Amino acid sequence: MSLFSKENGAVFTGPLNLNNPIAVQVLGICSALAVTSQLKPAIVMGLSVTVITAFSNVIISLIRKTIPNRIRIIVQLVVVAALVTIVSNILKAYVYDVSVQLSVYVGLIITNCILMGRLEAFALQNGPWESFLDGIANGLGYAIILVIVGFVRELLGSGSLFGLQVIPSSALMENGGLYLNNGMMTMPAMALIILACVIWAHRSINKEK
Amino acid sequence: MAKYLCKVCGKTYEAATKPEKCPICGADASLSEEVKEENAIEAAPKKKGLNTNGNTYTIIYASVMVIIVAFLLAFVASALKPTQDANVVNDVKGQILTSLNIESTDVAADFDKYVKDMLIKDGELVDYDGEFQTSYSSELKAGNLHLFVATLDDGSTKYVVPMVGRGLWGGLWGYVALDEDFQTVYGTYFSHESETAGLGARIAEREFQKSFIGKKLFADDPSTVVLTVTKSGKAEGETQVDGITGATLTSNGVADMVTTGLQQYADAFKPAAHVVEAEPAYSEEIPSVEEYENIENINEVTE
Repeated sequence: MSLFSKENGAVFTGPLNLNNPIAVQVLGICSALAVTSQLKPAIVMGLSVTVITAFSNVIISLIRKTIPNRIRIIVQLVVVAALVTIVSNILKAYVYDVSVQLSVYVGLIITNCILMGRLEAFALQNGPWESFLDGIANGLGYAIILVIVGFVRELLGSGSLFGLQVIPSSALMENGGLYLNNGMMTMPAMALIILACVIWAHRSINKEK
Repeated sequence: MAKYLCKVCGKTYEAATKPEKCPICGADASLSEEVKEENAIEAAPKKKGLNTNGNTYTIIYASVMVIIVAFLLAFVASALKPTQDANVVNDVKGQILTSLNIESTDVAADFDKYVKDMLIKDGELVDYDGEFQTSYSSELKAGNLHLFVATLDDGSTKYVVPMVGRGLWGGLWGYVALDEDFQTVYGTYFSHESETAGLGARIAEREFQKSFIGKKLFADDPSTVVLTVTKSGKAEGETQVDGITGATLTSNGVADMVTTGLQQYADAFKPAAHVVEAEPAYSEEIPSVEEYENIENINEVTE
């Protein structure tokens, strides 16, 4: 089987749209609430999950035939936790600024159910290369939703994008304008509502499939 | 249909009743045994020789995995520790410089140029000659307080007070730079372990930190620090700073940290300006030798 065969193409595009981990499988909701009040942490979190899902998928896929069935979840957890710890240590040593910004998010990756879900459902049955593609695609599928939610929340909640003010401060009510930032958007509960809207839109577009 | 596992060839086959011979390898069916449904999945991937579901294998596998991972993590952690520590020291120095409103590109050099690490020991300011500490607890145990004394380009002296506190989810820490009179805030820096992004985490933004500049520590009573953080939009006068909307508990944490932290230093350390105010109280008559021996009492009186 070639590296970019049709099957592998389906493995890659599935999670981006029709089998999206958040919109369709409804995995990883908790972290989607926590990190989406601003766009930047949402993007960083999305990328970190992508990298870690891909590599833990590869490792589990390589050792899948040796894993005892009864402790497979523990083995998966150990691999993910070890990987996350190593990555966080490397970040701390070489890109300290980024690791300070990420703070708790790196640790949160371990508890992200997308990782365990993909290891259990895909990497245990498939080869390393397919698993790698699956990990990348699922991570990106997760990142897309995070970015959408983060975009809406930061724009409407604080009137900025990437921390840069988009809505001119003269338009704000406190400066005599007519516009008011929606403080509700900065609350985690609003992430659920936006997420539900995204899922709704996604499902009504793909209704026939 | 029942499932049977042939012990000779290791394969499973299905049959309504137990046949005489295994249909796959032809061995006597007395060597086959019926498998229950839940075992069927486990039996299927069984490899020749290696039983990955046995207890021994599982225990050995788990032990080996744990040992490998432990060594790997220990190796990574110890190999990267010096670099990480250097980063942390640099970061702390950068935070102190930030509280002095210095935007620095070469933190280590600028820190050495402007800032001096000193201790308040028994009310006196003495040089601290140990290695740079990123937490101040070791000297605090001995009853001494770290104080950073900065001499800026214009020759003015600033005092930087380190402080720690508790936010909503985890620790807070910060540095408050004061003018020489130990009364006016020159600049601040705050950070946090794990406050909510977009809410409590905004205490780490310069906009919030700069709102402290020019505020006063003391109101009428020069011994009680009243500088504090209020609810957003409720700050009045020179001793109150607006909190952050939606992050009341983090704002309260900052308020506690600033007030108690500065109070601790105000009690322990009377810089030049305060001593001048307080001086007449005990300089009216020159104390005799006996009174010098009771010098602590003088401090009590003046306080």
